[in-house]
Formats: sequence, structure tokens, C-alpha cells
Amino acid sequence: MASLDDLKKRITSVKSTQKITKAMKMVAAAKLKRAQESAEKGRPYSKKMNNVILNLSNGISDKDSAPKLLSGTGKEQRHLCVIMTSDRGLCGGFNANIIKKAKNFFSKIIKDGKELKIITVGSKGNDQLKRNFGDKIIENISFKNSKNANYFDAEKVGKSIIEKFDKEEFDICTIFYNQFKNVITQIPQAQQIIPLNTENDDTSKSDDKYEFEPDEDVILSNLLPKNISIQIFKAMLENSASEQGARMSAMDNATRNAGEMVDKLTIEYNRSRQAAITKELIEIISGAESL
Amino acid sequence: MNEEFKLEIVNPEKLFLSKEDVTEVVVPALEGEMGILKDHISIISFLKPGLIIINSNSGEDKFFIEDGVLEFKNNNLTILTSSIYDLKQTQKSKFQELLKIAEDQSKEITSNDQVKFLNEQKIEILKAIN
Repeated sequence: MASLDDLKKRITSVKSTQKITKAMKMVAAAKLKRAQESAEKGRPYSKKMNNVILNLSNGISDKDSAPKLLSGTGKEQRHLCVIMTSDRGLCGGFNANIIKKAKNFFSKIIKDGKELKIITVGSKGNDQLKRNFGDKIIENISFKNSKNANYFDAEKVGKSIIEKFDKEEFDICTIFYNQFKNVITQIPQAQQIIPLNTENDDTSKSDDKYEFEPDEDVILSNLLPKNISIQIFKAMLENSASEQGARMSAMDNATRNAGEMVDKLTIEYNRSRQAAITKELIEIISGAESL
Repeated sequence: MNEEFKLEIVNPEKLFLSKEDVTEVVVPALEGEMGILKDHISIISFLKPGLIIINSNSGEDKFFIEDGVLEFKNNNLTILTSSIYDLKQTQKSKFQELLKIAEDQSKEITSNDQVKFLNEQKIEILKAIN
């Protein structure tokens, strides 16, 4: 059994850990509110943009002449995956969930004999994928310096993707991120952005005829690259809200566990203190009796 | 007679502006300025850098946009833009900054005619504001 001194030390150390996790939880809760707000505010833009593009692609008369960003290159050989994770740890299963989903997808691609390229956004994803898929990672983008997700950063990622598409480095692009549902639930998502998936959309399709100015092709070719950045931005917003939510619940758990541990250790400490006293008493009494 | 329609301006960060009592909106479409009144035909259009002028019952508002898309349907006008500035509230120095960025960019653009055209438009408008 551990000595009284050891137990005392352990109790203090667990208590200070508890203080740290509690503080982290509170910071995450404050950040979560802001992140959640901006994630919710950002939703109308990406949704409306999707709507417009959907209407546009419905209006296109000749599908073959459509921009490649919409119709694809006609092949499915080379995949580009953009894995969006956080830059910081201690947020429960947040990063692990995305990585797990991504890894499943990767092994399917490799099994099918297709080519795989990876861009990681956020350093945690890069750290975890480096071991198994290090040779597949072509770029790592990290926004450690920017405090909040902003559109400027998203545009940088979007531009880099489009540049690679123009150089015909890949056929299909999928982004992986966590969708924020509520504080304890984040759903890992895989969303294909190139070529744009126009079929499985929940937005109501309208049969209304639109007038286009200038014509559809010009608008589409201008809009599609922008849409990539917007989808990335949406993913970033959702991700940052999810990250804070995951961190908050993880830290809440940790605080509670630390509390339980302190209770357990305190009981053990008191018991052994009592045992020591009893032992001393017995020694004194039996010493006195023998006289 | 009711001549009002609904206007929403959305930027990536938030719903920038929402108004129910708009009577006329003038937007800088790619092929020239375009005024939109109630019961306009459904239209999707691409915007170039320029000024959006909104006439509503509560007065006139002016905004500077760098790019955007416009959708009008069933008397709902939606403008999507990634950068928008309120002419009244934004400081002059901000526009000077934007002008400087645009001028720097114009030196770099050599190949793409359309990008060049849009950038020149931007410079022109910004000069007019300053």
C-alpha cells in the first residue's frame, strides 16, 4: 500500500489536473458559442449558392459542354481527398472520427487500384495520417495563426485545389469534415466537391425557367471555382464549431473523472491514516499490558 | 398598389442584410447596370465590382461589392457576395486600401482578359468613391 505522503501527493496532482480541465472546458464553452453562431450564420450562403448552381446546371442545355468542374473529367482514376482536422488536440474523438472515416475511404480506393492523393488541413490530421499514408500526402495546410475560421483562408485552400484540377492532377475531389449537430454529436462527413454532385441534394428543385445574364456557361465557369471555396469555408466553420463542442464534452468528462478519482483517493487516504493510528494504539496498549 | 419586394444579401460570414420593403435595386451586372423592380422575370446574373443601390421605403442605401451572384425569383431577390462594404459606414481608408490591392493585382494579371476587365472595373469604381 502506498504511504500517506504518496497518497497526499497524488490527490494534489489530480486536483490540479481537474482545475486545468475545468478551465479548458470553460474556454471551449465560450468559444463554442461564437463558433456555433458563425457556423449557423454561414449556412444560408452555402445553401443559397448550392441552390443557384443547381438551378444553373438544370438550365444548361448541352451537358457535354458544361465546365469540367461540374461534369468531371470523365474518369474516376485519381482521387484527391482533403482531410480537415483541428490544429490542437484534447478534443475527444473529434479528429479520430474524421481520420477513421477517411482511412476507410482510403483503403477502398487503394483496393480498387485507384490513385490517391491527400491534402491535410490542420496539423492533427497530418500527424495521424503521416504514418500510414505519408507518401500520399501532397500538401499540408495549417491555420495555426488565424484565430477564427475566415473566408480568406478557405479561399487559399480552394485556389490550391482548383490549381491542381486545372493541371489535371486528379479527377475526383472529396472533403472530409465534422458536421456540427449539437455539443455532444458531431457527424463526420465526406462530401464530393469535384465534380459537383447535383443529384442527392435535399434542396427543392424548381422547374421555373430563369433568365441568365450573361449566359449559363459564363456564370457557371465563374461560379464553380467560387463554390469550391465556399464549400471549404462551410466545412471549416462546421469543423471549428464541432471542435469546440467535442473539446467541451471531453473536458467535462475529464473533470468529472478527476472528481471521482479525488473522492476515491481521499477515502483511501483516510482509511490508511486511521489504520496507522489504530496500529499505533494497539502497540501502546499491548506494550502497557506486558508490563 | 404594393410595389415592395424582399431583398437578402448574404456573405459567407452571415446574412448581411435582409429587407422586406425594397422598391428598387440597381446592381452592377456583368454586362452593365441593371435595375430590378417588383415582378421582374426570374433571373440569375453574375455581378462585377461596383455599387449596389437599394431604394426602400426607409431610404436609400449604397453598398460596394467586389463580386457576387444575383438570383431573383417570386419577388425574392438574393445577392450572394464574398465582400461587401456599406458606403456610409466604411472608412475612406478601407477603400483606399482596396484600391491599392486592386492596382497591385492589375500589374500581375497578364493572361486572363476577363479577370483584367473585372479588375479595371474595380479600380474605376474605387477611384470614383475615393
